[in-house]
Amino acid sequence: MQERVKKEPEREFRVIGTRPLRPDGADKVTGRAKFGADFKMAGQLVGKVLRSPHAHARIKSIDVSKAAALPGVKAIVTRDDFKDQGSEFVPAGEMLVNYRDVVRTVMAREKALFEGHPVAAVAATSESVAREALKLIKVDYEVLPHVMDPVDAMRPDAPLLHDDMITAGVTPAPTKPSNVAKRVEFALGDVEKGFKDADVIIEREFNTKPVHQGYIEPHACVASVSEDGSAEVWVTTQGHWIVRAHCARLLGWDISKIRVTASEIGGGFGGKTVVYLEPLALALSKKSRKAVKMVMSREEVFRASGPTSGANVWVKIGAKKNGKIVAGEAILKYQAGAFQGSPVQPGCMSAFAPYDLEHVKVVGYDVVTNRPKVAAYRAPGAPISEYAVESVVDELSERLGIDPIELRLKNAAKEGTKAAYGPKFGPIGLIEGLKAAQDSPHWKAPLGKNQGRGIAAGFWFNIGGETTVSLQLNEDGTLSLMAGTPDIGGLRASLCMMAAEELGVDLGKIRPIIADTSSLGYNFLTGGSRSTFSSGMATVEAARAIIKEACVRASKLWEIPIDAVTWEDGKVKPAGDNAGKHQPMDLGDIAKIAGKTGGPIIGYSAITAHGAAPSFGVHIADAEIDPETGKATITRYTVIQDAGRAIHPSYVEGQYQGGAAQGIGWALNEEYIYGDDGKLQNPGFLDYRIPVASDLPMIDTIIVEVPNPRHPYGVRGIGETPIVPPMAAVAAAVKRATGVRFFELPMSPPKVLKGIKDAKANGGAKATA
Amino acid sequence: MAKHHVATTVNGDAVEFLCETEQTLLDCLREELDLTGAKEGCSSGDCGACSVMIDNRLVCSCLVLGVEANGKSIETIEGMADGEELHPLQRKFLEHAALQCGICTPGFLVASKALLAKNPNPSETEVRYWLAGNLCRCTGYDKIVRAVMDAATEMRGA
Repeated sequence: MQERVKKEPEREFRVIGTRPLRPDGADKVTGRAKFGADFKMAGQLVGKVLRSPHAHARIKSIDVSKAAALPGVKAIVTRDDFKDQGSEFVPAGEMLVNYRDVVRTVMAREKALFEGHPVAAVAATSESVAREALKLIKVDYEVLPHVMDPVDAMRPDAPLLHDDMITAGVTPAPTKPSNVAKRVEFALGDVEKGFKDADVIIEREFNTKPVHQGYIEPHACVASVSEDGSAEVWVTTQGHWIVRAHCARLLGWDISKIRVTASEIGGGFGGKTVVYLEPLALALSKKSRKAVKMVMSREEVFRASGPTSGANVWVKIGAKKNGKIVAGEAILKYQAGAFQGSPVQPGCMSAFAPYDLEHVKVVGYDVVTNRPKVAAYRAPGAPISEYAVESVVDELSERLGIDPIELRLKNAAKEGTKAAYGPKFGPIGLIEGLKAAQDSPHWKAPLGKNQGRGIAAGFWFNIGGETTVSLQLNEDGTLSLMAGTPDIGGLRASLCMMAAEELGVDLGKIRPIIADTSSLGYNFLTGGSRSTFSSGMATVEAARAIIKEACVRASKLWEIPIDAVTWEDGKVKPAGDNAGKHQPMDLGDIAKIAGKTGGPIIGYSAITAHGAAPSFGVHIADAEIDPETGKATITRYTVIQDAGRAIHPSYVEGQYQGGAAQGIGWALNEEYIYGDDGKLQNPGFLDYRIPVASDLPMIDTIIVEVPNPRHPYGVRGIGETPIVPPMAAVAAAVKRATGVRFFELPMSPPKVLKGIKDAKANGGAKATA
Repeated sequence: MAKHHVATTVNGDAVEFLCETEQTLLDCLREELDLTGAKEGCSSGDCGACSVMIDNRLVCSCLVLGVEANGKSIETIEGMADGEELHPLQRKFLEHAALQCGICTPGFLVASKALLAKNPNPSETEVRYWLAGNLCRCTGYDKIVRAVMDAATEMRGA
């Protein structure tokens, strides 16, 4: 079931809101589309990475002499090939990166800080020679004690990852180093005062495990550095300008020397916003004077890329008997992996965002552990904190005997609500979403035996940012659209639809490409649910520039003033006194006269897109529990979310469904499992089990449309919010099915079975951890 | 060690290639024959992105050695469309927006075609269990399952 709920009477659109086939579709169903590992250059070498077998070890020495002597080995790089970097934070996606840490992430320096940490890389004439060479590299490690859990890592006696890490955000500054990189705090009002007014207070502690983005395409690139030092990189990435910036910085090269082309991308979800292989491939190519191709294995993807944080979260909520929430407080401890930069800050900012509260306080800690450095994962940080808050809200609804939707309606954020993280919300669609949930057939449907139904809300900020789009009117009246935000799930279709709507041309007349970094102005990456919003805004501006220029050209041809022509229904027409004196011209006619009226016509938009608006979602989950095994099966699921306006509803629904599926995996199955030795025990899809087709039901969607007034077509980012509500919705469903409330993810069968058994032994359904 | 000479049929064409003993069929298709439609997502038979048919049997080509292809008939995604005419499954995947990033799509299409050859009228549950060996991280499978069932209906002429 796919529905749409609109707040305003629909504007008349010709293209927006329809469901055309995507322009990149045929290549993707015939196997022609070129993804990261599908590029090949004549004479290319194979690059491979040697990785630390230890979770924490000092690297005393690296001897590559034997490997270098192996026939077929053309280049080797280690820490000595990368200059050290100073400490400086720069934005990457919704997170900040520090080049001192980035250079150490791509290649270990003083210490290996997680199992899988790169220690050396080799380029050789074949895969087998490269593998053989890795075996010949001798690394002398001094193995150190490791720490994997954020709570353990915060203890005073925990093994230290970084000797100089002094917790930021604490006054006075601590005198001793620790594994806590920073403390952040967001507060509104006075929580102590708020809790004094509460009739009911619920306080709970939650634990979640790191989970991987799980894109099916491993990281891959081909790099080629020519004799004059100019370089080409073909890579699967969410942001090729970011790849260019990082590589230039790490290698000390001019940005203009590096041209990066984004391949088709086989999923990213935030995990392809950083660099792993690219600087190594460039360094190897420079040394070997040949193109170098590097592709991660699935095992390497799990051991050394992504994931998102595991966390410990404490939440306290106070409410009046009538359901009015008077105060909310939370403490978030997020593991960052080996280097600082967990998404604890957005986690804090979003924790209570769905609610209109007077008193809020959220404190977060960014904690380093001996795991791979986390990367962004769809709404980074928010799924964890909102899972905890929404679970307590659900418990509150039970405690007060108030329907969970009614409880949320009483407290929901709305236009004018001041969020704890600062801004006042503009028009938002949370209340509309809650009401749509209430009216949905799913909410009213009867439940079967061993089944329970849960609901949860979710929020994500969404961003805009630097964006460039070029739209060229070709000689025959067709158009070439160049955008710079890699298309992960239908972007090119949506951009062409907006351009076609503006220009009054057939969709098929516009050919979109994702341009390389040397062919188009700067673009920030595809992330923060920004690409349809930002590149869409730039596309509309570029289209309007073409319309403006078309009017200028017609006025020249007709020899009438510019204000005597208008643009109507896809045509330039003479207006006013001149109306009817000249034949209206469409873009095809204008293209023919371009040469003699001033030259090629290009619409160009280079902007920092402002006005991104948050998107709120509400998910309903039905879970059925097998009382013998504890296995939870999702039997019905509905996603309701505000899209602002759905440009291509199928791809909006796709985001809703895909985010829900990832969230269901997070809730029930997925987790990184480490042994006591600090080694990952499930680095494959068999043991790190993402949901498969037989695990899931159809996922119904209701697209709520409360337009964003700051986008020409009302667009909100929608890609990330869908992963925020599922964990709490599923947990609430499991609670109602079993009578037992769980405070830890994933709710895997052994845990659920134990919870049910313990509850029985305790003579009733009680909370369990 | 000398490479092995393999003579096989791919999408109806007789082809030959040389491969090392440990090279997988997937690797041979991609590296030796430049047929990059089959993808490597895991190299352990867990994701199905490398699905191809060998003598009408659905396999993960990452679990088959290149030398095993000798004398066999291989079908890959590149052979699925009939000239300019897309296979109904390919068309339905597009119409239903059953792909987002598209990396898993070739594998899903090959596996779905194998299903419909065996069972032209599958239930939703049968589709879901048959495709349980193909991982998709983008779609939540909803639109994929609908596309396969819709293609089945069309192919039955119903």
